[in-house]
Amino acid sequence: MAYVSIADRDHEIEHHDPQTFITKYVWSQDHKVIAVQYSITAIFVGVVALILSAMMRLQLGFPDTFSFINPENYYQFVTMHGMIMVIYLLTALFLGGFGNYLIPLMCGSRDMVFPYLNMLSYWVYLLSVIILLASFFVPGGSTGAGWTLYPPQAIMPGTPGIDMGILLMLASLAVFIVAFTMGGLNYVTTVLQARCEGMTLMRMPLSVWGIFMATVLGLLAFPALLVSAIMMLLDKTIMTSFFIPAISSMGADPGHTGGSPILFQHLFWFFGHPEVYIVALPAFGIVSDLLSTHARKNIFGYRMMVWAIIIIGGLSFIVWAHHMYVSGMNPYFGFFFATTTLIIAVPTALKVYNWVLTLWQGNIHLRVPMLFAIGFIFTFIHGGLTGLFLGNVTIDLPLSDTYFVVAHFHMVMGVSPVLVVFGAIYHWFPKITGKMYNETLGKWHFWMTFLGTYSIYLPMHYLGFLGVPRRYFAMGNTEFMPESAQTLNSSITLSALFVAATQILFFVNVIWSLKSGKKAGPNPWGATTLEWQTPDTPPKHGNWGHDLPVVYRWAYDYSVPGYADDFIPQTVPPDKAPAGREHGGESH
Amino acid sequence: MPLAVVLILLVVGSILFHLLSPWTFTPLASNWGMVDFTVDVTLWVTGAVFIAVNLFMAACVIKYRHKKDTRANYEPENKKLETWLTVLTTIGVAAMLTPGLVVWGKFVDVPEEAHEVEAVGQQWHWTYRFPGEDGEFGEVRAELITMDNPFGMVPEDPNGRDDVLVYSPEVHIPIDQPVKFLLRSKDVLHDFAVAQFRVKMDLVPGMQTYLWLTPTETGRFEVLCEELCGVAHHTMRGAVIVEEQDNFEAWLAGYPTYADTLGAQPGNAAVGGGLYGVCSACHGTQGQGMQALNAPKLAGQGEWYLRRQIENYKKGLRGAHEDDTYGKQMAQMANSLVDDAAINNVIAHIQQFPDEPAPATVEGNVESGERLYRVCAYCHGADGMGIQALNAPRMAGMTDWYMARQLKNFRDGVRGSHLQDYYGMQMGFMGRILADDQAINDLVAYINTL
Repeated sequence: MAYVSIADRDHEIEHHDPQTFITKYVWSQDHKVIAVQYSITAIFVGVVALILSAMMRLQLGFPDTFSFINPENYYQFVTMHGMIMVIYLLTALFLGGFGNYLIPLMCGSRDMVFPYLNMLSYWVYLLSVIILLASFFVPGGSTGAGWTLYPPQAIMPGTPGIDMGILLMLASLAVFIVAFTMGGLNYVTTVLQARCEGMTLMRMPLSVWGIFMATVLGLLAFPALLVSAIMMLLDKTIMTSFFIPAISSMGADPGHTGGSPILFQHLFWFFGHPEVYIVALPAFGIVSDLLSTHARKNIFGYRMMVWAIIIIGGLSFIVWAHHMYVSGMNPYFGFFFATTTLIIAVPTALKVYNWVLTLWQGNIHLRVPMLFAIGFIFTFIHGGLTGLFLGNVTIDLPLSDTYFVVAHFHMVMGVSPVLVVFGAIYHWFPKITGKMYNETLGKWHFWMTFLGTYSIYLPMHYLGFLGVPRRYFAMGNTEFMPESAQTLNSSITLSALFVAATQILFFVNVIWSLKSGKKAGPNPWGATTLEWQTPDTPPKHGNWGHDLPVVYRWAYDYSVPGYADDFIPQTVPPDKAPAGREHGGESH
Repeated sequence: MPLAVVLILLVVGSILFHLLSPWTFTPLASNWGMVDFTVDVTLWVTGAVFIAVNLFMAACVIKYRHKKDTRANYEPENKKLETWLTVLTTIGVAAMLTPGLVVWGKFVDVPEEAHEVEAVGQQWHWTYRFPGEDGEFGEVRAELITMDNPFGMVPEDPNGRDDVLVYSPEVHIPIDQPVKFLLRSKDVLHDFAVAQFRVKMDLVPGMQTYLWLTPTETGRFEVLCEELCGVAHHTMRGAVIVEEQDNFEAWLAGYPTYADTLGAQPGNAAVGGGLYGVCSACHGTQGQGMQALNAPKLAGQGEWYLRRQIENYKKGLRGAHEDDTYGKQMAQMANSLVDDAAINNVIAHIQQFPDEPAPATVEGNVESGERLYRVCAYCHGADGMGIQALNAPRMAGMTDWYMARQLKNFRDGVRGSHLQDYYGMQMGFMGRILADDQAINDLVAYINTL
């Protein structure tokens, strides 16, 4: 029997509508509810990590002032802040949150292909978060080894949390990866198998492309983190020596022999670099759709954008050792990894050009999501360009392990994706909740976040040029650091506290709008993609009522000449509107 | 419109910040000007892109913002433009990568004539080793590291006999001669970094790494550990002193070879007893200390710590600060010990004293002190008995009023602020986390319970 994809068997498949409050909102198998569960949990831990960063900034800006911060808990704050932001906030939010919400709606599916597994994915993720947070309360506290958890120090005396803290951290990562794998297989299968009729791959919105490719990267990259977590657990608990050679720790011989600390770094960054793109690709995709919709113009160079996502995803697996130029690995690797790393700049730069060219000759509505999208382009250009410093092996000699690195990666994978997250939440808020957000509050939120973060991270690069090392509890009297460096640090701290505080505007906006926001129409932005064409807003369980949508065109028919409206939804057949982009009509 | 204006202002502001920033590379003190050149090339290329793309975006926001009755242009693709942009970007990337790879090629290829120094990292100190007259380093093994053999030298290896061991965070090198630093860690990852030299490299336990440079300026250059190595990472500092060849040789001659350390004579307690007569007037006949005379207990303190303090007094690293009244007294007394043999003898005598716990005199909140002590325990041990490998002395059972005073001295910079007092500098960092005198009393009260 010929294979029939799931989308084409819609009427054979029974959809179990949830009956009770519990099955509807708690043990829900509906991708939209799971998306919200994922998002709320991720944003909650993100706020925890934000508070941790405020504590760090207090110490750096005003050393020897706050008696509740000491070197021990400072390094714990550093570690947990980084780990939470990268894994438990950004990865979970982009894939578990946006991936869950957008994939079925944008592909014209009723739900994820494996709804039960999807539900399980969230609850296992929640378990990993609980294990992670529990490590704050165990004897010795959470691990303070830095988010990279480099051995030997992660499990050797001299580092905070080498008993329960590191065990819980590694266990939590392993559980998170289980959760991600359940979700990830679901997202990939749904994109490949459950798209509605007419939704060819080259008609998919870039949001779906970005999330899809990021998920593929995650499925290939997270196993490397899983094995390194398990191997370190074994080194810690039963004295294996995967990562620990013979050493003298605190004047005593702990009994290890023959392991390699560098091996861990290779495994970690084999995961860690693709992880950057696990966060970045969904942001790339989503921001493309925000720009196109609010500029009323097709995304420029769609096919190149798709191929750039695929090429960046592929290349991201052969650049990992640019995190290790001065790690002591064979220095000859530097030639190879510097070359691959700078090559990846080409498709990335093309994406930036295409975003800006999408604005060219557009009809730009500067609504809140668009402000965040343009803010993203600015910060991403900045963060991407500083990556060309650090990716170039020679420049790592002075700048590695300094505040230049901290500034670079916060700009490129902290601020930039977070701006997209906010833009995306404002953009889809009317669909998710059926209510409009408050435009004024949203604009204030944008301006304070955008300008505030730039005033944190632009100056921080210059501390790096000066040679100020990262992960220092205090600088003390270092001869080459002028006193003005401390003044700069204080000003950075004030900006950071300001930005952290202004995030309250976002929560006020969400809560106020949920309660008293204006009722939203089904398609307030005049968008072409399928999620705006649902029969109900917010969409009900099963998304599409009785019949699945049929797609006739690509996702970017904005301002097509010869058509009255400035957008043509993907569901409008060619006999009712101009065909738009010719080659979008065929499956490739 | 405000958005476009802000984007333009941000571009202009970023350029101004860059041009006016007092925070920039430290003055170069090595041959690695090519590193700075690569940075400059990258700044020009990326700066041009930053300005061009952002200003173009701002122009779009101005020109194509939504107006009534306007419509966007429908243009899905423009092959020619996309090709041009690809080619231009590739050229820009090549312009940056080329110097990067060329300079890296020079960095990995060490000149034959470079002389070698080994920098050894451990939590949280630097030490150094020179190959000695034969120019060959002796073999070392982590398993052999003890307090008597801190470098882990293999005794049987003849190449190691003349290795010069510098058990100090400060190293000297001669100017204008290429030097290859061989890097070794005893315990966890570290990183040898000197901002003015522009080069850095991690130290990895279980293997040897390297970097090389030719120093071009004389002076003192701080070594910072730049790979997180635990709770006192920020205190792991040292210095490279670049000087003329003659001065360097004189300095190096002051350090023992491995063979010298093997042949070191133990102190003579009987002879030391005679020398101790002077000390006993203040420190007591049994080294028990006397608060009325501001003299701390010596009995039971590690001999290595006593030796270092006496030497520090003699070298002026301690008791030189004008506010250190009692330290100045001790500095004068220490000068009565004329040479190493005298120091060894008097310490051997002190080691024979009975070790009675000093009476508790400081009152404080023990519970609050216990919380504060968590950080101290990393170096001084949970039992407060000190850990020699970390250069951290014993505190349990020692005179509490003296510890409280020294903590205040460390906090206020009266002690530990001399540039060469590296271990004191570390304690200064830690002393400053104690918020006030009450915290110091609480901490000392807890140490009294150990």
